[in-house]
Amino acid sequence: MAEAQVVFTPPESLSDTLMHYCPGCTHGSLHRLVAEIIDELGVRESTVGICPVGCAVYAYNYFEVDMIEAAHGRAPAVATGVKRVRDDCTVFTYQGDGDLASIGMGEIVHAAARNEAITVVFVNNGVFGMTQGQMAPTTLIGQKASTAPAGRRPEHEGFPVRVVEMLNALEGPTYLARSSMASPRWIRDTKKKLRNAFKAQTEHHGFGLVEVLSSCPTWWGMTPKEALDWMESTVVDYYPIEEFRALPEGDTEGE
Amino acid sequence: MSDNGDARYGEPTLVKGNEAICEGAIWGGCRYFFGYPITPQNQIPEYMSHRLPEVGGVFLQGESELASINMVYGASAAGARVMTTSSSPGISLMTEGISYLVASELPAVLVNVTRGGPGLGNIAAAQSDYNQATRMGHGDMPMIVFGPNSVQELYDHTAWAFQLADEARAPVLILADAVLGQMMEPMRPRIDDHPPAPDKPWATNGCKGREPNVVNSLYADHDDMETVNLRVRQRYAEASKRCLRWAEHQTDDAELLLVAYGTSARVCETVVTRLREAGTKAGLLRPVTLRPFASERIGELAEQARRVVVVEMNMGQMVDDVRLAVNGRCPVDFTGRTGGNIPSVEEILTAINEHSPVAG
Ligand SMILES: Cc1ncc(C[n+]2csc(CCOP(=O)(O)OP(=O)(O)O)c2C)c(N)n1
Ligand code: SF4
Ligand SMILES: [Mg+2]
Repeated sequence: MAEAQVVFTPPESLSDTLMHYCPGCTHGSLHRLVAEIIDELGVRESTVGICPVGCAVYAYNYFEVDMIEAAHGRAPAVATGVKRVRDDCTVFTYQGDGDLASIGMGEIVHAAARNEAITVVFVNNGVFGMTQGQMAPTTLIGQKASTAPAGRRPEHEGFPVRVVEMLNALEGPTYLARSSMASPRWIRDTKKKLRNAFKAQTEHHGFGLVEVLSSCPTWWGMTPKEALDWMESTVVDYYPIEEFRALPEGDTEGE
Repeated sequence: MSDNGDARYGEPTLVKGNEAICEGAIWGGCRYFFGYPITPQNQIPEYMSHRLPEVGGVFLQGESELASINMVYGASAAGARVMTTSSSPGISLMTEGISYLVASELPAVLVNVTRGGPGLGNIAAAQSDYNQATRMGHGDMPMIVFGPNSVQELYDHTAWAFQLADEARAPVLILADAVLGQMMEPMRPRIDDHPPAPDKPWATNGCKGREPNVVNSLYADHDDMETVNLRVRQRYAEASKRCLRWAEHQTDDAELLLVAYGTSARVCETVVTRLREAGTKAGLLRPVTLRPFASERIGELAEQARRVVVVEMNMGQMVDDVRLAVNGRCPVDFTGRTGGNIPSVEEILTAINEHSPVAG
């Protein structure tokens, strides 16, 4: 019998702690992509990650790098504090849509405007996962939530916020993109965009953000498969997958 | 802390209170400042914006007090000596972040140059944030609070606060007011070197050569949270033993004991003189740290006193702590002005005389 060969290893930047995410939730795969990129860039030992308040609050148990747990919405400010003290560190935040686009809208806009040299992984699952499915600023028109039982009505709750397009109005940011976790093809695209968002920091000393469309089968009331299908069929109609601001000439990897 | 014979201090110069805070911070090793403008403390961020780069530090104006306190949180987590300053409404906005600093065991120095309130209030001097400062924050958290009453003390307390915060792994708050911040007095700067900052093996600044660190205030397990709370309280208790301060003025034979801190204590010194001239054995105890509080000493002095009068620039906040300290040994009365007013010597004397068996 041929000798066993190691052909696949988990990323060094990811711990082997069992994740607490629901079955079919895309938070876990997204963690893995981030960890792979940290490994590939060789910055694990100089990385500081900031976790949000949201389902990813325990991310400090999953990344094998120095981690800070920030107050709800304030991760970009915390990241700014770290980066201004330790410019040699690679600093990233990992934030949900309630965290970043609702309570923390001020911090993300100003971090982007300053072109703060940090990387932001923005998880748009259209809902407050952690607190049990309330409406998020990103919840689609007609989409039901525990605080919008009849579905979001534009005349009452207003329209969902397209964060990347909004940040794209700013002069500051170095890299802005939207991607999706709906299928292997889009997951590969997400990884490329995330790498660009890290390179915006490590090579261009600027702000990089990827809005990653993600699923929350639990509070969408769908099976994991239905959730991914709904992302492909419906969510992308409102949130186009695009690289809105590429890295400076010749240094971008996107589909 | 400073006196004329102290070789650690240089020659006196005339300095404004808000600038004394800045220079005290620089001497104390502060190299990072994040803050949002609010009167009456704007000279602090303005001064720091040119002064910090001169010593290799960083000043950054946050987009709000929420952002600023969380920038402080990040900088402290990365191992820096860092401060922010604000005034009453701004401190209200920072309060969540201050609670996070306590729970995450992060040092930082905070200054509240208090203004009249509640609400937007006004920019006059007040002591109306005493309760907010000493009972700061959600959760079961202690807070070290200084109550300086001169430009020299603003300097000294701020300078010391950085060391104390590092040792206690906790935020330290300086509770000043608009008068202290704006006034000019002779101040002697430190000319010796500040003590070296302790090692911070817990800092999150890249895990090269060690296991990753985590800075966190989430403890889903009740017993874990209790363990952290007890540890934080233990460090606070140890720091309290080292930092508890008060000052006494003519208390030896005092039958009428005034208790006041900060600006109102300055007024009370004159009140004591006037009462003594009129034949009343009056004295003043001035808490210098507001938390920890000089409860034991106030209790001792209440043994000999026939009455205690607490004077504040609010409607009666510290008086509750004084009543607890006196614990029924003698009556405790209160007089004060609110809304940004400072009680005058005459007003205090009238209040004392109106219902005083001692002075009346
Ligand atoms: C100051 C404050 N307000 C509210 C909360 C409650 N809270 C916790 S997580 C959350 C929403 C999280 O949603 P999101 O950021 O979309 O993350 P997800 O769980 O969907 O990944 C809220 C409102 C809190 N912890 N702190
Ligand atoms: S609640 Fe939603 S976002 Fe949170 S872990 Fe479950 S599926 Fe994921
Ligand atoms: Mg969400």
